[in-house]
Amino acid sequence: MNLTLKVWRQKNADSQGAFETYQIKDVSEDSSFLEMLDILSEDLVEVGKEPVAFDHDCREGICGMCSMTINGIPHGPERATTACQLHMRHFHDGQTITIEPWRAKPFPVMKDLVVDRTPLDKIIQAGGFITARAGSAVDANAMPISKAIADYAMDAAACIGCGACVAACPNASAMLFTGAKVAHLNSLPQGKAEKDRRTLAMVTTMDGEGFGGCTNIGECEAACPKSISLDMIAHLNRDYAAAQVKNFFKPVA
Amino acid sequence: MNLDSKIPEGPIAEKWSSHKFNMKLVNPSNRRKYNVIVVGSGLAGGAAAASLAEQGYNVSCFCYQDSPRRAHSIAAQGGINAAKNYQNDGDSVHRLFYDTVKGGDYRAREANVYRLAEVSSDIIDQCVANGVPFAREYGGLLDNRSFGGAQVSRTFYARGQTGQQLLLGAYSALSKQIGLGKVKMYNRHEMLDVVKVDGHAKGIIVRNMATGEVSRHAGDAVVLATGGYGNVFFLSTNAQGCNVTAAYRAHKRGAGMANPCYTQIHPTCIPVHGDKQSKLTLMSESLRNDGRIWAPKDPAVAAKIRKGEINGNDVAEDDRDYYLERKYPSFGNLAPRDISSRAAKEACDEGRGIATTGLGVFLDFRDAIKRDGQKTIEERYGNLFEMYKCITGDNPYETPMMIFPAVHYTMGGLWVDYNLESTIPGMFVGGEANFSDHGANRLGASALMQGLSDGYFVLPYTVGNYLGEQGVAAAGKVTTDHPAFAEVEADVKARIDKFLSINGTESPRSFHKRLGHIVWENCGMARSKEGLEGAIKELQALRKEFWTNLRVVGDADGINPELERAGRVADFIEFGELMCRDALMREESCGGHFRIEHQTDEGEALRDDKNFTFAGVWEYKGDDIDPQLHKEQLVYENVKLATRSYK
Repeated sequence: MNLTLKVWRQKNADSQGAFETYQIKDVSEDSSFLEMLDILSEDLVEVGKEPVAFDHDCREGICGMCSMTINGIPHGPERATTACQLHMRHFHDGQTITIEPWRAKPFPVMKDLVVDRTPLDKIIQAGGFITARAGSAVDANAMPISKAIADYAMDAAACIGCGACVAACPNASAMLFTGAKVAHLNSLPQGKAEKDRRTLAMVTTMDGEGFGGCTNIGECEAACPKSISLDMIAHLNRDYAAAQVKNFFKPVA
Repeated sequence: MNLDSKIPEGPIAEKWSSHKFNMKLVNPSNRRKYNVIVVGSGLAGGAAAASLAEQGYNVSCFCYQDSPRRAHSIAAQGGINAAKNYQNDGDSVHRLFYDTVKGGDYRAREANVYRLAEVSSDIIDQCVANGVPFAREYGGLLDNRSFGGAQVSRTFYARGQTGQQLLLGAYSALSKQIGLGKVKMYNRHEMLDVVKVDGHAKGIIVRNMATGEVSRHAGDAVVLATGGYGNVFFLSTNAQGCNVTAAYRAHKRGAGMANPCYTQIHPTCIPVHGDKQSKLTLMSESLRNDGRIWAPKDPAVAAKIRKGEINGNDVAEDDRDYYLERKYPSFGNLAPRDISSRAAKEACDEGRGIATTGLGVFLDFRDAIKRDGQKTIEERYGNLFEMYKCITGDNPYETPMMIFPAVHYTMGGLWVDYNLESTIPGMFVGGEANFSDHGANRLGASALMQGLSDGYFVLPYTVGNYLGEQGVAAAGKVTTDHPAFAEVEADVKARIDKFLSINGTESPRSFHKRLGHIVWENCGMARSKEGLEGAIKELQALRKEFWTNLRVVGDADGINPELERAGRVADFIEFGELMCRDALMREESCGGHFRIEHQTDEGEALRDDKNFTFAGVWEYKGDDIDPQLHKEQLVYENVKLATRSYK
């Protein structure tokens, strides 16, 4: 198939970006979206132009590195699918496709489609862990965890940290990302000791990094390639409220 | 090159304990005086960086991705082995050890494998404590599944995303240390060389991939956990960024490279669809429990399928060749990875391949659906069928799946002793980047185990031992002002300038594809003297062409994917040659290495234990000088060498 691509080009963080239009020919419908961009890159290199820079790595939908908004939707039109797992058969010959970076203030554009997502790492660094020094663990079966809780924790832990939720949200909120990690760790018995401290620290960092608040729009869940549920935000709100109350009477950290 | 494996004395079950006792310790208050460099943030690197920081060392950790959470360990699906014996089915440390040595076709070092089996239990405990949501039974205890090469159920898993969950566990421990300031994390940094001072590894040169800045980093020890080299084949199941550069640069500075020809080719991947493809996707081995693998008997029928005139369902039962069931009646479709892969290649070489490229065979669920009903098959493999459909657009409930083998894991790597120290003192190597534990073939669910074993439980001891031996007076003494840093940095910069100034006509990706084609054809599933000798010549010519006709657009001052790829491909080309040399040297067939000259009358791998029970370790001698082979003899005191048979 032949396509028209409108791609965001931006030299670096300080420069003004703009869309550029490219024609691309003979794209196989079996190609993935990123393979289509590879072809564009080779075409551009052929004429001595710089290829489009974009983040990508595993190309099997799990590393969370790929990050682009396709026709206005983070990761593109297919539900629960990362850009790297999106295939060209979902587009048609002659179509115009618009490709831009994640648009969110906490994620400044570094070049073309590449953005800086380190604020998400900082949220994890603030509290997204269970303190268990290597060598200090008891036998893994010493603490039975019901299947329902383990499954719920796994649902939350499936987050790949791509940031599509932030890009999709009109408020650039990272509540789904933060909520998923809080729900994962707070719901497990081994995560209880640090629960309140974790929740407060992560939310404080999230706000400090410039992410907006949640106003229950739900775009995050719709864009999430791993179908992380809005329930995780409810979980975060619940744990945050409880931690606030406890902290009011007696500091939790 | 000194290949002293430093295996501790004593019975195998006591080696690690006694070794730990004999190690030098560093006083907790002195640990903060040392800096340790860790390159890579996957299971081995991330766990090592976190654990060393927990102990009190200052750690600098580097990864090429935008976050340490994205290392390719994340893509592992199946699970992680551990000798917990929670199923009460006869598992033990010794059995896991035995299975791993046998699975590796008797080409791994006994003592290392035993230690791996020994700490496997601790890994599961550690991961659970870190919050890894392993699958559980209704009673709340951990669940297990079975995997290839074992007769016990010892694999722990977290849905089909075990690697992701284990990596996120290590990442969270690492993140805590980053937050505390004990680990300084360098995202989007690629290691381009190692710096030696008085023979010891004392630092690295890295390029900041976001700004283009080349910088020096000094440390009292260097840990490489930079993964495998599967991308030398261009197409593999590895992530796009996986590369051999860090390991190969270390090799050029004096680190021995062991068994580079040992590569694992996984039989059940989705076939290549065209020459624009960038990666191959693995389909879980578990599908072979119910799927039947076949190719048409008649090449003419296969040709019709390739042209799309008919599909698999149109082929009558009598015209199908269920070749695994025919050749290996007792194992059938569950024959081991290396054997299944070679059989698929054979069918395709005979012109009986399907898929548009002719490089594919069928994995057919028709009979299973007829027998058990679609609902049952859906329950067992629903998510895999979905994934297949997403990638290929075909519905495997209706038409048979098409599969083809793909490069998946590399058992070879930098040579390390029992302490995981390379032939460069002070440079340690963990995870897939080293050669130590899997011999010539890796068993399923053992890669995650090895990465975390190295990271959580081995390197934190052995690196400390090295630092203790160096003495606290040496801590932090070498700084980046040392002339050795200036020298290596100048080399790195000159190389980058060279890439940008060749101004030829061919892109790095194009060279990479050509490289991949040469090594896949000649050093892939079946290797021959003639093919390997030809490949070495072809690769030498390709290298020459690369350095005269490469075209890298853009500049060195910021994000430039072309420049990054150029550096990686340059190293891959040289590494590919080394791989072929190793395969040529090894005049036997073992595990993933199959030399067509060395097979039984029935076409099975024929090992030569008398002459080849050694690890082949290559020493770099110069760009146009043949590398020198050294041998570490492998001694088997606890496992008896035997032939693997699957008839």
